[in-house]
Amino acid sequence: MSIQRRGFLTGVGITAVSLAGCLGSAEASDSSALGTLTVGVTTSTYDSGLLDVLHSAFESTYGVTVRAIAGGTGQTLTRGERGDVDVVMAHARSLEDAFIESGHGINRRAFADGDFVIAGPPDDPAGIADLDTASEAFARIATTESAFLSRGDNSGTHVKERAIWDDSEADPAGAWYTESGQGMGETLVQAGQRGAYLLSVRGNFIALSDRVDLDLFVEGPVTDGDPALDNPYGVIAVNPARHDVEYELAMLYVGFLTGQEGQQIIEEYTIDGQPVFYPDGLSEDPNFDQYTPSEE
Amino acid sequence: MIETVPLLVDAGAVFDASVLFDASVGLVDLPFRPGYIESIIGVSLSVSLTAVALSTLVGLPVALAVGFTEFPGKRLVVALINTGMGLPSVVVGLLVLFAVSNAGPLGSLDLVFTREAMVISQFVLATPVVTGVSLAAVTGVDDGLRDVAHAMGGTRLDVALATISEARSGIATAILAGLGRAISEVGSVLIVGGNIVRADGTSVTRTLTTAIQLEARQGRFEIALLLGGVLVALVLVINGVVLRLGGRRY
Repeated sequence: MSIQRRGFLTGVGITAVSLAGCLGSAEASDSSALGTLTVGVTTSTYDSGLLDVLHSAFESTYGVTVRAIAGGTGQTLTRGERGDVDVVMAHARSLEDAFIESGHGINRRAFADGDFVIAGPPDDPAGIADLDTASEAFARIATTESAFLSRGDNSGTHVKERAIWDDSEADPAGAWYTESGQGMGETLVQAGQRGAYLLSVRGNFIALSDRVDLDLFVEGPVTDGDPALDNPYGVIAVNPARHDVEYELAMLYVGFLTGQEGQQIIEEYTIDGQPVFYPDGLSEDPNFDQYTPSEE
Repeated sequence: MIETVPLLVDAGAVFDASVLFDASVGLVDLPFRPGYIESIIGVSLSVSLTAVALSTLVGLPVALAVGFTEFPGKRLVVALINTGMGLPSVVVGLLVLFAVSNAGPLGSLDLVFTREAMVISQFVLATPVVTGVSLAAVTGVDDGLRDVAHAMGGTRLDVALATISEARSGIATAILAGLGRAISEVGSVLIVGGNIVRADGTSVTRTLTTAIQLEARQGRFEIALLLGGVLVALVLVINGVVLRLGGRRY
């Protein structure tokens, strides 16, 4: 028994040592020759899987290690304001403009466009299936007091949702309107369980569409639907005059994302065979709106 | 229990989880790249074991000191330690983030979104648990034993050692409770670690718990539950090891 036990303990010891060794080597490979870039990204792009492809290509082209930190747009911009990330990805123009105006972000570029969709229970209790615009659909949901589930987390999706409520001139208040306070996937699952309408990023809806009991009712510009459901993504370097950040690597990343290779990856990326983003970083005609705070 | 551990050791590789997963592939299609599960298990273990080792180094002496001495305000100290066991992990994560953030007082150390920052926050979470449960174990030792040790001419150190020996299973429980607190929490490691994987799919700061949270966010509940099963199995193995080291059969 005692011999067996000693063998057992030796085994545990060896395991612990080899584990430590393994972690040590993992640590060493964190720092590549050109350095490490920390990118704050939105959960919707992260969960879509697009970033895995983009970052693999970026790492192999430039030998820079990328660390992606996912969060809602509000949370991601806060990480930028603290100098904890070198470059941010965001999809809420009003928050992005505030980030730039406060001096924390510089050199905003548009790099991709996606869109939002309005989904809900298949029996469509509010009767929005025949409506063309998001604000009409929201107004109908409000007047019929059909269940609506909001993200409620100051994410880009939540910001867009509030803008649509403003357009619809309906008041999202009452027992029918609830907030999940969670990410896109969790909110889709919850809406499916509860038979509620919601605003979703298209890619997340497609990824989960065969697992949640929700139908798509109003679509955005990706399928020539309501332009108001546009979902433009921006990439912004954190101001190196304010924070100790990897500015040159950040601009290398911005250049890659908005250059030929990055734009092609975005164009070719699909979820379940359906395109969810289209590139808008390259244009022969200047689009000044992407650099300066928008007029809205 | 004894049968499973040699299997892991014989596999040579560190906790070769593929052994575990080959059996489950029929149930759930795992969309993971090779090495992913192993690396998040490695990060979970290394961060939590390091944090609890540090918590034990700090918490055990504090428990002994508080347990063996009488001083004014002792009840307040004990109350504070016990309150610390209920610290919300998200709050601890935010406080550690503010400390290690580049805009914070320790910003120059570049600790934000590293395993070291995760160790710090889990240390803060686990230390009150290790201290509080150890303290209960130490004070639970019959006063008679201490009196006998004294009467036999033992020094304070001898009395302390005799008490530790008597309370060792309670102390082992304290360490396990601290580990349980550390390895199962998701709030603080998500905030200070950032849930990072490399482009090749191996973990930098992703743990089993933050991986579970990520799968749940994407609606892949089966995979989240499967990872939860791995976490429970891991804790079970560690419990077996520690209780054997503690020398008690239960």
